[in-house]
Amino acid sequence: MRVTREFDGAPSIALRAVDLWKSYDEGTVSVLEGVDLECLEGRSVALCGPSGCGKSTLLHLFAGLDFPDRGKVWVNDVEINRRSNLLQLLRHEVGFVFQLHNLIPDLTLAENCLIPTVAAGIERRTARARLLELAERTGLTHRLDHRIQKLSGGERQRTALCRALMNRPKILLADEPTGSLDEQSSSMVFDLLLDLVAAEGITLLMATHDRSLATRCDRLVEMHDGKIHEYAHA
Amino acid sequence: MIFLKLIMTNLCRHRIRSLISVAGITFSVAAMLTVVTILQGAIGMFSRILSNDSEIIVFERDVSDLFFSNVPSQAAQEISRWPLVAHANPVLFGIVSSEGHPIITCFGVTATDARIQKAEWLQGDRNSFAQRADGVVLGARAAEFLSANLNSQVQIGHSSFHVIGILKTANGFEDGGVFMPLESAQAFFHKEGTSSVITVKLHNKDDAATFKEMVKTKFPNLIALEDAEFTRSYSQFRILTATAWAVGGCGLLLGGLGVANTMIMSVFTRIREIAILRVNGFSHAQIGGVIFGESAVVSVFGAIAGLLFGTCFLYALKLIPALDGYVDTNLHLLLVLLVLLLALLTGVAGALYPAVYAMRVRAVEALRFE
Repeated sequence: MRVTREFDGAPSIALRAVDLWKSYDEGTVSVLEGVDLECLEGRSVALCGPSGCGKSTLLHLFAGLDFPDRGKVWVNDVEINRRSNLLQLLRHEVGFVFQLHNLIPDLTLAENCLIPTVAAGIERRTARARLLELAERTGLTHRLDHRIQKLSGGERQRTALCRALMNRPKILLADEPTGSLDEQSSSMVFDLLLDLVAAEGITLLMATHDRSLATRCDRLVEMHDGKIHEYAHA
Repeated sequence: MIFLKLIMTNLCRHRIRSLISVAGITFSVAAMLTVVTILQGAIGMFSRILSNDSEIIVFERDVSDLFFSNVPSQAAQEISRWPLVAHANPVLFGIVSSEGHPIITCFGVTATDARIQKAEWLQGDRNSFAQRADGVVLGARAAEFLSANLNSQVQIGHSSFHVIGILKTANGFEDGGVFMPLESAQAFFHKEGTSSVITVKLHNKDDAATFKEMVKTKFPNLIALEDAEFTRSYSQFRILTATAWAVGGCGLLLGGLGVANTMIMSVFTRIREIAILRVNGFSHAQIGGVIFGESAVVSVFGAIAGLLFGTCFLYALKLIPALDGYVDTNLHLLLVLLVLLLALLTGVAGALYPAVYAMRVRAVEALRFE
């Protein structure tokens, strides 16, 4: 099912959730309770709220990593459900950055970044060019052949950011991307994140605890107890 | 390249575990190769005994073992007169024991038999064979373990025989055997007027079918088979071959279980890594490919090491004097390829469950897994 655009000329809706419900442990733990959300193409949206309020779950649903009990999710006008082409979604539409970098420690920085290109079958030369481009923009060029263990926390998170952007996704979902970093690294990674998404016209939906970072996004959404309580524009 | 790196990375991450798995396949392949080669060699040697200067074997129909076959001497005489037959030699097989040597193969043969006429005589005169009833010719190894020389007396079973010659053959069974005049052997084994087989050489090999038909018509109780046909169909050979493959197969199965165990551990200890690959767009097939790739690498390394180890072991066996002539170390290319293929299939089969498990990993749950 495709969502029709509201009117010509306005930015289209990159992410859309309608009446999302999600619970775990056979319904005993309710995480999302009727969430409605729309994110416009090319905008950055911060999703704030306490731990356990359902931010990560919402991101997982948008990435097709999990499915709602009720309600619908659209990514770039395509409904995401169990019958969707989730590989296409993960390979080309959506990039994901986690709080923990989730890099493979025995591989080098370059090899970690090239994983999505291998999955998508992108030509090696094209992938390499994209890697060099992103490495330069994130200041990691000199670290390309270093193993992950040799990198600092900030470098690891920048590597994770590079990896998420390797296949030029239209949407970036970031789950507490600076949550494991100190204040200085956190600010640096966040600046980079905003610069990159702005430069590439990527839609960003970011879950964070950090209000000071959240307010730098185009839009701030509050979540509490599985519901979106208020929309606050930065 | 990254794909290969992903495969190798995990194997190198748990080196000891990987090496144990490789060792499992190595020993399985070596065991299979050794057992099958030795038994095939033994079968080959026994076949060569039968096919010595002949191409057809005639023996009693439906016997389970040639030692139980009784072919009337008249049949041998009549067959030898058939125009298409170049020569027909009756041979009687028997097993006896002597002190310290539980098994000695005895061959009751005529003086014209190729074993006597074409062998390399180390001592004695081939023309003296069958000149006296108690005169026997020993294979070189038999002479060695019986501590016998030309003209010495040897105790075989309950009788004493006079050694009239010692000959050397490349065949371990013959080299460790005793050759008696046919009539003496018939008396010794209480098989007067019979032999175990008749080995037949035709003037023209193309007449084999005609010859077999003639035997069938003339002697309904006998059967004539060409050498290759006999090797394929003889029940003892088939039992031996099946046993060899069964023993080797069990070894390979154990190796496969080793691979399965390694791959299960490999998958369980990196659920999170598999989830990362999933989130980055790896398909089920690509995840499965990584797991099967690992098991294939283990199998290939194991199979190559097993081939080397097995070959060395076979050559080492050949160097043992007691086994000289009994162990045929010729590796057949087909056998090597078959063993390699089986090792690879075993490895892949061992990775089947782990691969399916890995493919079913739910990224969102696995990323919570520590």
